[in-house]
Amino acid sequence: MKRCVYINDDDLSHDIYCDNRISNRKYTVWNFLPKNLWEQFSRFMNQYFLLIACLQLWSLITPVNPASTWGPLILIFAVSATKEAWDDYNRYLSDKKANEKEVWAVRHGVKKHIQAQDIHVGNIVWLRENDEVPCDLVLIGTSDPQGLCYVETAALDGETDLKTRVIPSACMGIDFDLLHKVKGLIECPEPDKDIRRFDANLRLFPPFLDNDVCPITIKNTLLQSCYLRNTEWACGVAVYTGNETKLGMTRGVPEPKLTAVDAMIDKLTGAIFVFQLVVVMVLGVAGNIWKDTEARKLWYVEYPTKGPWYELLVIPLRFELLCSIMIPISIKVSLDLVKGLYAKFIDWDNKMVDQETSTPAHAANTAISEDLGQVEYILTDKTGTLTENQMIFKRCCISGTFYGNEIGDALKDEDLVNAVATRSPDVIHFLTVMAICNTVVPIQRQNGTILYKAQSQDEEALVHAAAGLHMVFVKKNGNVLDINFNASVIQYEVLDTLEFTSDRKRMSVVVKDCQSGKLFLLSKGADEAILPCASTGQQTRTFSEAVEQYSQLGLRTLCLAWRELEEDEYQEWSLMFKEANSALVDRDWRIAEVCQRLEHHLQILGVAAIEDRLQDGVPETIETLRKAGINFWMLTGDKQNTAIQIALSCNFVSPEPKGQLLLINGKTGDEVRQSLERVLLTMRITSSEPKDVAFVIDGWALEIALKHHHKAFMELALLSKTAICCRVTPSQKAQLVELLKSCEYRTLAIGDGGNDVRMIQQAHIGVGISGREGLQAARAADYSIGKFRFLKRLILVHGRYSYNRTAFLSQYSFYKSLLICFIQIFFSLISGVSGTSLFNSVSLMAYNVFYTSVPVLVNVLDKDLSERTVMQHPQILFYCQAGRLLNPSTFAGWFGRSLFHAIVVFVICIHSYAFEKSEMEELSMVVLSGCIWLQAFVVALETNSFTILQHLAIWGNLVAFYVINWIVSALPSSGMYTIMFRLCRQPSYWITMFLIVVAGMGPVLALKYFRYTYRPSKINILRQAERLGGPILSLGNIEPQSRAFEKEVSPLSISQPKSRSPVYEPLLSDSPNAIRRSFGPGAPFDFFQSQSRLSSSYARNCKDN
Amino acid sequence: MSSGEGSSQSSSKKSRQPKYSRFTQQELPACKPILTPGLVVTTFILVGVIFIPIGLLSLSASERVVEIVDRYDEDCIPSDQEKTAFIQSDKTNKTCVRSLTVPKKMQHPVYIYYQLDNFYQNHRRYVKSRSDKQLRNPENEDLTSPCEPEARVDNKPIVPCGLVAWSLFNDTYGFSVGGMNLSVNKKDIAWDSDKNYKFGSKVYPKNFQQGSLIGGGKLDEKIPLSEQEDLLVWMRTAALPSFRKLYGRIEQDLEANEMITVVIQNNYNAYAFGGKKKLVLSTTTWIGGKNSFLGLGYITIGGLCLFIATTFIVMYLIKPRPYGDPSYLSWNRNPPGN
Repeated sequence: MKRCVYINDDDLSHDIYCDNRISNRKYTVWNFLPKNLWEQFSRFMNQYFLLIACLQLWSLITPVNPASTWGPLILIFAVSATKEAWDDYNRYLSDKKANEKEVWAVRHGVKKHIQAQDIHVGNIVWLRENDEVPCDLVLIGTSDPQGLCYVETAALDGETDLKTRVIPSACMGIDFDLLHKVKGLIECPEPDKDIRRFDANLRLFPPFLDNDVCPITIKNTLLQSCYLRNTEWACGVAVYTGNETKLGMTRGVPEPKLTAVDAMIDKLTGAIFVFQLVVVMVLGVAGNIWKDTEARKLWYVEYPTKGPWYELLVIPLRFELLCSIMIPISIKVSLDLVKGLYAKFIDWDNKMVDQETSTPAHAANTAISEDLGQVEYILTDKTGTLTENQMIFKRCCISGTFYGNEIGDALKDEDLVNAVATRSPDVIHFLTVMAICNTVVPIQRQNGTILYKAQSQDEEALVHAAAGLHMVFVKKNGNVLDINFNASVIQYEVLDTLEFTSDRKRMSVVVKDCQSGKLFLLSKGADEAILPCASTGQQTRTFSEAVEQYSQLGLRTLCLAWRELEEDEYQEWSLMFKEANSALVDRDWRIAEVCQRLEHHLQILGVAAIEDRLQDGVPETIETLRKAGINFWMLTGDKQNTAIQIALSCNFVSPEPKGQLLLINGKTGDEVRQSLERVLLTMRITSSEPKDVAFVIDGWALEIALKHHHKAFMELALLSKTAICCRVTPSQKAQLVELLKSCEYRTLAIGDGGNDVRMIQQAHIGVGISGREGLQAARAADYSIGKFRFLKRLILVHGRYSYNRTAFLSQYSFYKSLLICFIQIFFSLISGVSGTSLFNSVSLMAYNVFYTSVPVLVNVLDKDLSERTVMQHPQILFYCQAGRLLNPSTFAGWFGRSLFHAIVVFVICIHSYAFEKSEMEELSMVVLSGCIWLQAFVVALETNSFTILQHLAIWGNLVAFYVINWIVSALPSSGMYTIMFRLCRQPSYWITMFLIVVAGMGPVLALKYFRYTYRPSKINILRQAERLGGPILSLGNIEPQSRAFEKEVSPLSISQPKSRSPVYEPLLSDSPNAIRRSFGPGAPFDFFQSQSRLSSSYARNCKDN
Repeated sequence: MSSGEGSSQSSSKKSRQPKYSRFTQQELPACKPILTPGLVVTTFILVGVIFIPIGLLSLSASERVVEIVDRYDEDCIPSDQEKTAFIQSDKTNKTCVRSLTVPKKMQHPVYIYYQLDNFYQNHRRYVKSRSDKQLRNPENEDLTSPCEPEARVDNKPIVPCGLVAWSLFNDTYGFSVGGMNLSVNKKDIAWDSDKNYKFGSKVYPKNFQQGSLIGGGKLDEKIPLSEQEDLLVWMRTAALPSFRKLYGRIEQDLEANEMITVVIQNNYNAYAFGGKKKLVLSTTTWIGGKNSFLGLGYITIGGLCLFIATTFIVMYLIKPRPYGDPSYLSWNRNPPGN
């Protein structure tokens, strides 16, 4: 399907495409109520409560006032509806602001001020500097004579650098006064959400140019929500408008995530529901039998001999209503409240503020904190996540000479400085490639310094380094680059840019030396992409050795090469390139093919090595989290050696005797299968040994493994605690997350760049690092943190506490509801199974909503172990991971406790308030106060740390219970007038209360003490140890220090490059080089990765845009 | 001025940083009690030591109560007649004379209760069948909707309506000791709150027990509801199927071994549903009537606490267990990674 846009045609387009009205709203004024209610009632819990509330309207069966259910229900609904409405209103306001923004557009041949929402497809829109682009435009003119303009795309992809946009060649040279009269036709694809791709054609109608079709790419477009910068004005044709823009298509609400705890609570709720149905059924039948046999004899009840047709249903339904409190209506509200608070604690945490940039941690998703405590797998990006992503040019190897060593960078190396001074041709060429083979935009600042705006940190590092060596990239004037070398200006004209793609792994530029008129091809890229293209005579061994050495140091390497082009050769190629560029089908593939025709017989100039330092605290963090039983997978777009090196230096895998790396590789399905089977075999053998085994796989083999050997790979994934996946594409990252999720693991994905977004959204928990690569990942993530090391605190402290607290809160909510419900059931057994409610409506409602909710809410401050202890003993996280604190058996414990407490309260109350005291209202209050007393002690016993707030909530709540009931008892109109005063005057009331507390709590305390002392859990031991004070020496604790120390010493010295290899050598039967070599110049490109539009992590560093 | 500006600037610069407070940092000072043997054993011993005396006190209080219970429903009916027919008939003579022996000296006031067993005053249909609004205010006499099936007779509202009032207990007792009448004080047997508020002083019984089915007792239409204390007592529904309600008080001491003659008008039909009727004379103490449950409960629980405490001490002595020993942590016993 294609879209034909007639430029500047006022009639045709109106009907076909939508106007530029943006709408992010979910509701309108009219459909808000029905739609919102429909959404809320699609949840089972809400349906249940609505059914109960409706049944209560039938006064024949309702045990209590319907208001006791309707009140809370309406409140809950009103709160969430209000929140939705408020959010939607804000969206409406921001839409409105955007829609009513004034823009310059051409209408009927005249430039006019119109509102942004009135722009139609085909209109010509004018923008001034710093204007926001109102819809997707194809550029047709700018103030720049070269037709360039700069845009900031931060709102679109989170990248903060400036990007160059250029007008299509067909529009080049159109006079400013004529621009608004341009007519033509743009053929473009139907709207999609790919912000990096736009393959279209433009044909201008006479009188402008002949019928030549001109290709248009993403570089000729201005996308909605970008900002025009450094350009006086620009104008373009609207091609996509309103919600059909690229940005509009990308928008969309991600699926709400459900935590494991939520799923468990739902399951338990289901179980309770079934239990409730059983109880109702049994009591209903019993009630009907009792009615027919016994109640008919009770003359004072006056049962009619013949009842209505529904008579048999009445008693079961009454019990259904009586038992409806088994599922606490307050649990959802309480959980939402505490979850909001967990998220706030994360936002507030001073210890998770990145001091450098003063970025606090932020929880964007407030609902999934418990999952943090249950993480089993962490999938992490490398660049920018484990490392700083702050590239520094460290070393280089130019024609066999190594510059830079342990003492200093290459920049400070005397030899290199001398070589530059003596104008050694190789070095000069090397520097030239460093300076101009890129897409960097230099911006002159007022004070004379030059600011480089680069998309890739690697390029920026290279340009800076070149400038440090007196090869200063001064100015970019359209296609002409000014280089200032030792005070003389050299000009180059960029003829073509052969862009970087993650598949090609290299980029080149064709430049013309303006003085000599010679043509050069300058290339840079990954070693395996450049070295095979070397001219036949050249020895590449030194370079591959250099690459090997550097990558073992954990440095990122780039090979630089060049070639002088013949005029004829270039002209011929240029035509093909243009043709490929205007292809509508498979453009990427065709361009890659054409590029390859030029990139051969390169003269390799050297290797540049760039350091990307590890972030602070990464090894310690990984060490700690691995001890906590979390498995790490590293997914990176980087090379295998660099990845392994980083993995070693950050404790991903232990060094040799303890660790072992298994390599899976192969080019064909068979090779991969064999390699996979071999690794699997080794895994099975070693899985019983206490050994650190990790497998390494690259993107290619991964693709094959996932496609053809899914089962074997799955088994491998289950066996292996650590994995390094290198050269993987964003979609593969997401696939791996999916794979682990399908094995029922809780996954956390952490990353910092646009290429991690998919994996972040896919994982149970997505964590984004608000780093240098923009905020794209951080925006898509559930949590954003400033540095990788905060992950430790996020998981061990916040995640763990959240899990513990929710586990208690949810089970306690069920406990207290069951308690009161059991008492109702017992009472019905002595009231002729007729469904009489012992409690009055007010008490029932207050019990659920107030008396029992407040103390437990303060439980969000509870800490079983101090943060320090948890950090010292991360193994304790196992209790959360395995769900030890909330599962059917712990729930059974709470269920049993509520049954026991119900029996205690009920038996004691009916015996001590027997005979002359057995007045209904009195007994009801005695039983209720018994429950409240028990509640207070249960919460107190289960609280691990008492702050002043907990004391206030627990004991204050008990006091509040009496105060409230005294107040109610003082009101003559209330049913329980004077009851509470009467009770409080009776010594027997207080005696009964104490008896209930001791009889109810004694066994619980004794059991808890017994378990605590003789069957202690690890948590208990640590609590005890913590109490004893002093250093808690854990044997496992001594180790990280020693290993950390070892790490400092061990970065492989360059003199013994092989000394480290034993770590992975034993099983590395195939040299990694063997694979690389196969990327020969003639080898066809395999575009298995082409589905992924987002470039891989390496791509980010070299991408051209 | 300038310094103020400066500070506001610096605060706005730092505004992205969370504010420090012990609450937001979850660092509120907290005490973390742990269950040490000392604490737990002390608690149990303390509870035991406190509970047993209280239990003994309660038990002795309960034992001091002198109580006479006499079940009369079986004996006050001619054995040769059909019980229900006898009790429902207007013509039968339902007077029944019982004599009770005072076992111990009963100090005044001696409370007179009637006890009904197997009577479900807490049955849902029964409990709900009353109109509190009607009882309170004469203007509300038409508010009889909850009272079905005893709401109206010939479409005139019944006051007091509903099953509870309709089934009013109507046995009467007359007491004499050695031929001397014992006066029964029936004043102030109902709760003050009922007399003063729940039952209106201007509400008079109307159309009561006029229907085809006669339930229990009848009411004097000239006396306002708030003074019909028997009704007030009856309408305080009991929560248990076995209950006692106050009938009156004897304001003089009864000596031990005195014979009390009770003349019972056995009107109330408990035979239809197999209920029992008992007459109870009882004194009270601070704990109320005779009820040894609390005392026994306290002694049992206190004893159990002491037992648990002893067990824990013994366990502690036999198998002492060092607290917080990191060697109990499994990951310290096994090499890591396993």
